[in-house]
Amino acid sequence: MPTLRMNVNGQPVEVDVVPDAFLAHVLRYRLGLTGTKIGCEEAECGACTVLIDGQPVNSCIFPALKAHGTRVVTIEGLSNGELHPLQQAFVEWGAVQCGFCTPGVIMVAKALLDRSPAPTEEAIRAALKDTYCRCGCYLEMVDAILVASGQAPRHTAINGHPPASPKALRAVGRPLPRPDAVAKVTGQAKYTDDYAFPNMLYGATLRSAYPHARLVRVETHRAKALPGVHAVLTAEDIPGEKHHGLMFDDWPVLCYDKVRYVGDAIAIVAADTPEIARRALELIDVEYDPLPVVTTPQEALAPGAPKVHGGGNLLKHIKVRKGDVEAGFAEADVIVERDYHTPMYEHAFLEPECAIARVAEDGRIEVIVGSQIPYEDRRQIARSLGVPEDHVRVKGAFVGGGFGGKEDIAGQIHAALLARATGQPVKILYSRQESLRVHPKRHATWIRVRLGATRDGRLVAAEVDILGDAGAYASLSDKVMTRAATHAAGPYDIPHVRVDCYTAYTNNPPAGAFRGFGVTQSAFAIESTLDVMAHELGRDPLELRLRNALRPGATTSTGQVLRESVGLVSCLEHVGHHLRSEQGPEWWHPFPNPDDPARVRAWGLAACYKNTGLGGGAPDWGSAEVEVLEDGRAVVRTAAAEIGQGLPAVLAIIVAEELGIPYEHIEVALPDTDTTPDGGPTTASRQTYINGNAARMAAQRVRDILAWAACEALGAPQAELVFRDGLITARGRAMAVGEAARMALEAGRRPVARARFEAPPTQPLGQGGDMHVGFSFGVQAALVEVDTRTGEVAVLKVVNAHDIGRAINMLGLLGQIRGGIIMGIGNALTEEYPVDEGIPFCTTLSRYKMPSIRHAPEIITFLVEDELPSGPYGAKGVGEIASIPTAAAVANAVYHAVGIRVTKTPLDQDWLLRALRGQQGTPSAKPRHHGGHQGHQGNEEHAVPQRGPKDVPFLPGQTRGTDAHNEFGRRQA
Amino acid sequence: MPKWKAYHRPQHVQEALATLAHYQGRARIVAGGTDLFVELLNAPAPFEALVDITAIPELRTVRRDGPWIVVGSAVTHAEIVASPLIRRHGTALAEGCSVIGGPQVRNVATLGGNVVHALPAADGTIALLALDAEAQVASSGAGRRWIPLSHLFLGPGQSAVDATREVLTALRFRATAEREASAFGRVMRPQGVALPILAVAVAVRLDASGQGIERARVSLGPVAPVPFRSRRAEARLRGAPTSPDTYRQAAEAALEECSPRTSRYRATREYREEMITTLLPRVVEVAVARARGEAWARPRLEAVDHFSSFGAWRAPS
Repeated sequence: MPTLRMNVNGQPVEVDVVPDAFLAHVLRYRLGLTGTKIGCEEAECGACTVLIDGQPVNSCIFPALKAHGTRVVTIEGLSNGELHPLQQAFVEWGAVQCGFCTPGVIMVAKALLDRSPAPTEEAIRAALKDTYCRCGCYLEMVDAILVASGQAPRHTAINGHPPASPKALRAVGRPLPRPDAVAKVTGQAKYTDDYAFPNMLYGATLRSAYPHARLVRVETHRAKALPGVHAVLTAEDIPGEKHHGLMFDDWPVLCYDKVRYVGDAIAIVAADTPEIARRALELIDVEYDPLPVVTTPQEALAPGAPKVHGGGNLLKHIKVRKGDVEAGFAEADVIVERDYHTPMYEHAFLEPECAIARVAEDGRIEVIVGSQIPYEDRRQIARSLGVPEDHVRVKGAFVGGGFGGKEDIAGQIHAALLARATGQPVKILYSRQESLRVHPKRHATWIRVRLGATRDGRLVAAEVDILGDAGAYASLSDKVMTRAATHAAGPYDIPHVRVDCYTAYTNNPPAGAFRGFGVTQSAFAIESTLDVMAHELGRDPLELRLRNALRPGATTSTGQVLRESVGLVSCLEHVGHHLRSEQGPEWWHPFPNPDDPARVRAWGLAACYKNTGLGGGAPDWGSAEVEVLEDGRAVVRTAAAEIGQGLPAVLAIIVAEELGIPYEHIEVALPDTDTTPDGGPTTASRQTYINGNAARMAAQRVRDILAWAACEALGAPQAELVFRDGLITARGRAMAVGEAARMALEAGRRPVARARFEAPPTQPLGQGGDMHVGFSFGVQAALVEVDTRTGEVAVLKVVNAHDIGRAINMLGLLGQIRGGIIMGIGNALTEEYPVDEGIPFCTTLSRYKMPSIRHAPEIITFLVEDELPSGPYGAKGVGEIASIPTAAAVANAVYHAVGIRVTKTPLDQDWLLRALRGQQGTPSAKPRHHGGHQGHQGNEEHAVPQRGPKDVPFLPGQTRGTDAHNEFGRRQA
Repeated sequence: MPKWKAYHRPQHVQEALATLAHYQGRARIVAGGTDLFVELLNAPAPFEALVDITAIPELRTVRRDGPWIVVGSAVTHAEIVASPLIRRHGTALAEGCSVIGGPQVRNVATLGGNVVHALPAADGTIALLALDAEAQVASSGAGRRWIPLSHLFLGPGQSAVDATREVLTALRFRATAEREASAFGRVMRPQGVALPILAVAVAVRLDASGQGIERARVSLGPVAPVPFRSRRAEARLRGAPTSPDTYRQAAEAALEECSPRTSRYRATREYREEMITTLLPRVVEVAVARARGEAWARPRLEAVDHFSSFGAWRAPS
């Protein structure tokens, strides 16, 4: 083997490497410098960026031998005991979420500052052009780099600092850095692939060559005979349950009779090296008998369609009924109907799936995995191993993004099977290409919306038909599509609603949870239709929404009467006020880019709501444990998964608030099914609400123990004790909490408590009552610019207001909102996962474009803290809401800019330009003041025959200044 | 079982050629590798050995040689963008190279790699075509020879340079002189593969009055199986007055001989055709303005914008 000599972080290094080694591999697996991450191995994502002789390069496909004689600097080389100014600024300005991109981003920024000590925002954006952050903290990165270079932040600061909530308490509502931020900016945070064990083997998975086929024969002899191979397993080697699934056990751990999509696993291998494991896969002979491919849900539900599973292809028919839609439409003066389509989307979390399993000293199976549901993983692993659940231990690691895509099983069961078979630790790490092929996606949907309103702007009836592509396995399709259906009429009080949602099996990759959980799709449809209706009625789209918005006392489509914490009106008012002050009363009118009139700008807006918690009658609970140590620090333990969303900060803040312990003194443990109680799934925007409550209850119990221990020494009754600044004080005397903890221990009571929070009961769909414990609300207005020469669309600014109940950590909250909006821009403009005859187009990350820093607009956020009484300090969920309305806001803005109604995401500039050229009359290459609602001549390609508007001639200006409009105007004035 | 059994880093071109000869077709040249490694990693049987030419000092220089600007084939995109010689005398090339990837890729990817990859839409290559570049190819038997760049392209991804036997050593073009300038522009789409929907490069020479075009070279991609020079557009520009009408006619002429394809997930033929009529006149206009020394048309190589096509320039007010 050739010898590679280089200088790494100031130290000479000499290491023998294989000739085809890449630098990232040598750094990570030979030198243990795991701060350098590998996200794609295509030089696409930038996570692997290191400096070579001062220049940033993607080390994932940089030949190691090419680094011979160079100076290499990795994230570990940046800090010498204390943080580099960039690292410090990334921590303080919230430029870190899941943290997987962070080392690469910081290295790019380092090279930039070395060359240009005070870069402009434009230069920062240019430098980070191809360094992706899926959490979307681009604006925070800009600020952090500006601050680190001695400049003023531009996006996150109020009076030079990140803002606090007006309702802030000691810790709650403050902008606090994440507890794990320092570990993430220094490269010390360990993600699953950063762990290694002696004698560890490497697993690999044989995937199906066909989207639908009968498996005739699987022959593994040749693979088993390959030197270095320790095990080759097929379905018959599974000791327990041969299927897994989050709701239905329909997903084969290893396929045995047939394959249903190209990500299906047929055999698994454990070998001495990943290369041998992959080679072994090539030696497995599989004979397939290809079957006809079911490519769409329409096809799946057609008579005589091939069956994906034993039963019919219909996975679920979901019905939402409220009032009498026939009567409602009879009452309507205007009825509009439109069809929409949203394709599959890919999570593209930057950390590909990884699991490591080993047989522990006590004979149990231990699995390290960055999962969204550690206890559910344990259940599914144990079932397939055929052992009781407590014979499996699942330990969490840092998770490089999930967004719903790490709820289903990936390699967890496979790694456990291989570890059990070999007795050695086994790591299964998916390549980016395997990740793209295997894990469930966002459901593709086809949605028809029919909406009726009276001439004065009252929505009276809505009918929505949804068809969702569930793909090959059920995953969470039932729940996702239920959420799509229940939210399909939007956050409006419409007396008559009918929704029918069908989801069917196909031979496409399975669809499952993805931030927004079905509501992303139905919100695009209903919010686009709301604007169509506003146009037909000649009304301000904001006013139409305000008029019909859910308010306390209103009833949702499922019959839930909302009692409190319904901040939608306030959200609409905030955004409306901003729009009118910036743009004037007719805020939707288009206007040209002053430098380039062929680019036309306009605003568009959309509203949405999203449940917090599982709801629908599902028991929803989570547990947390809080312990105060003798040194005055506290530890929070829960298996509630942190996937970047900021839960550790939320839990630490709540415990800090309750115990009066400084925030920095609170540690939040990683999930571990042996030592941390079940927090339930990280899904449904539920963790702040559920486990925030659990941590708060546990902290209150610990406080009681400490008070019990301290009251005698302080000579005061427990009720008089004040917990503050790490002290317990009463009657002029004080004691450190650590001291009280020591006294409690001495007295035989360990200052530790567990609490289980159970959400108030909910009702299943169809039974009325409270289907959910609460809802968050959001309103977003997007300013877009359409280049009428090319059809290109850019989002320049997003003004938004969200009712999230109560801000717990302002830094994390803003990060979730902005990151959600940027992901929403991805839905609107950049992302799509096409599948053709069961074969995905996006076989590489280069074929799937998530938003880059170039797509990050200016974002102006208003918070509405309309507290939910059962939430911790009134908090509701924020994880999903901000990603939901963006695409519709963008589509509505495009309509206002150029008069073209976008009915399919992502917006295709090719289509848009052709639509523009097809417009009747007006030359489209010039900005037009089409008046938003008057005389529009748009060529709406996907429009279906409309009823209503043709019968109702519209007189320009007639309905301006209606009561609702004026009421709103007055309120704002 | 490594993907390749040896990774050579020769110091001289002769050494590279000798190494290739030793492997008799089972080794190939690699430079930056930002495209090639991704391909090789997914290829069933790549090469026995790779011969990395980026350590050959001669191939890493940009220099002036009489009328020529000579760019070593292993010069990176970042070095091209930073080169005052190229910015001044081959502006379109600096612009074309500035839009490829991010800094990490531009620090590694080479101009020679861009050319040998032979994609019909390669930004650097399109720019070189408009600069009427020549390529120098070294082989064991035939020594070194300069050949017109356009002779290198056999089809999409197919280069006349046999990377298992030859080395592309340099590219050269005539430095732009008085009343001459070049420009580059492209239209991207935000979804899918980061290749241009259309890239256009133009080099012009104005007449003494500055009001007429003495000659022009126009290249486009992807509008044909290989990077394409539009002789008809050039003919239409030659001797014509500098006016929007002229530029529009040039685009129409280009349309007559271009045959852009509809590619699924990328763009329709109709869209690409419209982009020719949209982008080409604009790039000619910028090149003409540059040849006249108009400030608004100066290249802004560090600029980013929400748009790829027109963002780098602000129209004259």
